Amino acid sequence: MSQVSMTVNGKVRKATVDPRVLLVYFLRDQLRLTGTHIGCDTSQCGACTVMIDGRSAKSCTIFAVQADGSEITTIEGLAANGQLHPLQQGFWEEHGLQCGFCTPGMIMAAVTLLKDNPSPSEREIREGITGNFCRCTGYQHIVNAIQHAATKR
Amino acid sequence: MAVSPVLPKLVGERVKRREDPRLIQGRATYVDDIALVGMQYIAFKRSDVAHARIRSVDTRAAEAMDGVEAVFTGAQVAEFLAPMPIGTPFPSPEHRAVAVDTVRFSGEPVAVVVARDRFVARDAVDAIVVSYDPLPAVVDVELAMTGKPTVIHPAFPNNLAVPLVPAGTGVSADGKVDDSAIDEAFARADLVISQRMVNQRLAPTAMEPRGVVAHYEPGKGTMTIWSSTQNPHILRTFIAALTGLGENQVRAIAPEVGGGFGAKINIYGEEYVAAAVSKRLGIPVKWTEDRSEAFVATTHGRDILGYVDLAAKRDGTVVGLKLRLIADIGAYNMLLTAAIPTLTTMMANATYNIPAIRATVTEVFTNKTPTDAYRGAGRPEATYFVERAMDMLARELKMDPAELRRKNFIQPSQFPFATQTGAVYDSGDYEKALDRALKNAQWDRLKAERDKARAEGRLVGLGLSMYVEVCGLGPSAALPTGGWEHSQVTIERDGRISATTGASPHGQGNETTFAQMLADQFGVPFEHITILHGDTGVVKQGIGTFGSRSQAVGGTALHMAGSKVKAKMAKFAAALLEAHEDDVVFENGTISVKGSPASGKPFASVAAYAYRPVPLPEGLEPGLSDEAFFEPSNNTYPFGCHISMVEIDRKTGEPTLLKLVAVDDAGNLINPLIVEGQIHGGLAQGIGQAMIEEVVYNEDGQLVTGSFMDYAIPRAIDFPRFELDATVTPTPVNPLGAKGVGEAGTLGATPSVVSATVDALSGFGVKHIDMMLRPEKLWRIIQGGQS
Repeated sequence: MSQVSMTVNGKVRKATVDPRVLLVYFLRDQLRLTGTHIGCDTSQCGACTVMIDGRSAKSCTIFAVQADGSEITTIEGLAANGQLHPLQQGFWEEHGLQCGFCTPGMIMAAVTLLKDNPSPSEREIREGITGNFCRCTGYQHIVNAIQHAATKR
Repeated sequence: MAVSPVLPKLVGERVKRREDPRLIQGRATYVDDIALVGMQYIAFKRSDVAHARIRSVDTRAAEAMDGVEAVFTGAQVAEFLAPMPIGTPFPSPEHRAVAVDTVRFSGEPVAVVVARDRFVARDAVDAIVVSYDPLPAVVDVELAMTGKPTVIHPAFPNNLAVPLVPAGTGVSADGKVDDSAIDEAFARADLVISQRMVNQRLAPTAMEPRGVVAHYEPGKGTMTIWSSTQNPHILRTFIAALTGLGENQVRAIAPEVGGGFGAKINIYGEEYVAAAVSKRLGIPVKWTEDRSEAFVATTHGRDILGYVDLAAKRDGTVVGLKLRLIADIGAYNMLLTAAIPTLTTMMANATYNIPAIRATVTEVFTNKTPTDAYRGAGRPEATYFVERAMDMLARELKMDPAELRRKNFIQPSQFPFATQTGAVYDSGDYEKALDRALKNAQWDRLKAERDKARAEGRLVGLGLSMYVEVCGLGPSAALPTGGWEHSQVTIERDGRISATTGASPHGQGNETTFAQMLADQFGVPFEHITILHGDTGVVKQGIGTFGSRSQAVGGTALHMAGSKVKAKMAKFAAALLEAHEDDVVFENGTISVKGSPASGKPFASVAAYAYRPVPLPEGLEPGLSDEAFFEPSNNTYPFGCHISMVEIDRKTGEPTLLKLVAVDDAGNLINPLIVEGQIHGGLAQGIGQAMIEEVVYNEDGQLVTGSFMDYAIPRAIDFPRFELDATVTPTPVNPLGAKGVGEAGTLGATPSVVSATVDALSGFGVKHIDMMLRPEKLWRIIQGGQS
């Protein structure tokens, strides 16, 4: 077992963790931050996307021990001061979700997308979320949601 | 009193969803998010061979591991769990949740581990050693029908699960078949289009894999089971039956459910095992499916081989259709497995006047994961076979594919229309949908664009498909569970409204659409209404969400329950207002006498009076709560037209969907924003089937497409912006006029994309291309090979 310490959604979390535990399981099972989801076991679907040190990353691709000392933001920590993040607002306004399972990862991926490219074209948005699967929406309303957030920022 | 604000009418408006705040903030609770005190984890040892006798299962090393609570082999599970029931009347071989002596598909469970956490459970699974005596794998469906290479279930000779179900012209209710009309039709035809077509096997792939938490409480003798299911009430019925409990002792909960697409209708072995193990051990247990596990353990869809013969006159008049279907259903019958292909024969009539139809289906066991419902469930297959054949006929006759359809449509004056295959279409105006789609797509301009592109050497094609589907399932005669839906509407003491529905949404947004309906019905604010679902402890009765039935059947039950409560509330209001109950109106949060809004009482005051009725109006009981069961008299039959434009890269064979225009008619719409989302999602899955999705087994019965590395589901980059529109032809089957829309997109898109691809490659002499449209396949056609 290993000791880890990381800042998650602004709070320092210290924990003992089995070295083989992926970051996503640490967040979900040990910190009980269950908004981050697991949709596959091959790092394709993106449902587990969080922010690690300011960049979107699939939390199934690293072990919790590798995130020692990192700053993590999950979907639960995205809204600030009781205000939804513009992407959260965009997904709500534009019906960017149905079952909602891919949504946290989709939103967390879009955070970096818009950070890197504040006014993306539709094509750039579609390319930017290629690492995130959605089976419900056909993506069109997700594109609209990200465009909505881009124009409202 | 103060003037109440005017409340907007909400039915028909693009109201944003009230489900979303919890979902966009990570505050929803899916099954795997549930943690109970003392809960242990289940994992399954699964067969890694397709077909074998089990020689031995050695669990000693697993049992010795620290943190392992229990290990059960199939034989041990069989001591406390009966074989799995099915939901169709067809004969079925014994199907154990955990295999006892023979495994019949790769991925079939052979042992169960219960352990401290999911990682220990997995380690223990890996420590179980199973030895097998291999049997020949039955993979090719047409070979399987001859009993080769072997027979999977001895009681089913030649692997025929269902030997042959005939439907169509000349087939009587008792199954007698008179071929004279169909023979005559083909005899007078000028030409016959004949084609073998594959409607390939797909993986439904909800983004949330399945999961279950079962909690048997020995002190109370009750079971609570949370499952990622589309129908908790059906789950309750089956779990009660297999655990020996009464339905009154089982509470089934569908918490937040991350998509279903038909695959979460089934009651699966893992659910039975979790419940039975929890009862046996007296502890709560959880099982969460891995994605790679889902590819083998969750039912697949489609996999119907069709031999299609379409007979016509030279002028394009269709005179007859023969459809010989062979369904590869995998190793076992699941809940609805055997019934799904019969929906294909049922819908073989499509949107056309076809004087004679013969549709037959044979269902065949193979050593593969069982099939069952997948979005569309039988109807996309019917649409695909007929629409591809119509496209081939148009090409053969050098007719515009739209004009060929127009020539053969069932006309609006013919509804209700009794089809050759036993359905009664409720309402329709197919030409209107076609014309709207042609107009929106600018069909003639598109054709000119295509021709111009071809002149430049590009491979561009157009495809068009009509569809009609059967939705709003029941009625009860058609479903072993019953085909009604239930709702209870309660006006609380403070005037807020709680309503239950037996529909069990998992993305469909019924918390929003049903609240829209009640807000209008009672003239109260949307925010004052709560829709409860997915918990048999709260929702007294229900069937569930499948077959595009939530709005048409569940919505109607809600409307009926609301009407009953409203009638009673009108009586209380009439007493307060000293008016006749027929003269009171509900609007803007008040109940008033018609024509004098100032006389009104606040809605909440009338509610309060109903719960402290002093004096109690004569003939009334206190309280405002009532329920309704809605039994539909018929299904609904939504329809539409989908047009697509595809370009093939001449160098690589890679197809690109350039354009997709859809006109869908689902009758009256409650929330067009949500409807659009449903259609988008259906289109994505329909296009996915045409272009990139395919479950593949090798000759040993091993699943080759067992993860997202190998099975492609569409990504955002795979689609153009869909262009939607709607025509509105209400159904007379329910008072809402709503038909249902959840599956529509999967029907028309698939043949339209394939037809567009065939059109793009028509210069190479190709007449049909089987799905999926793998670039290599298209490249070979371009290189001079034929398909």
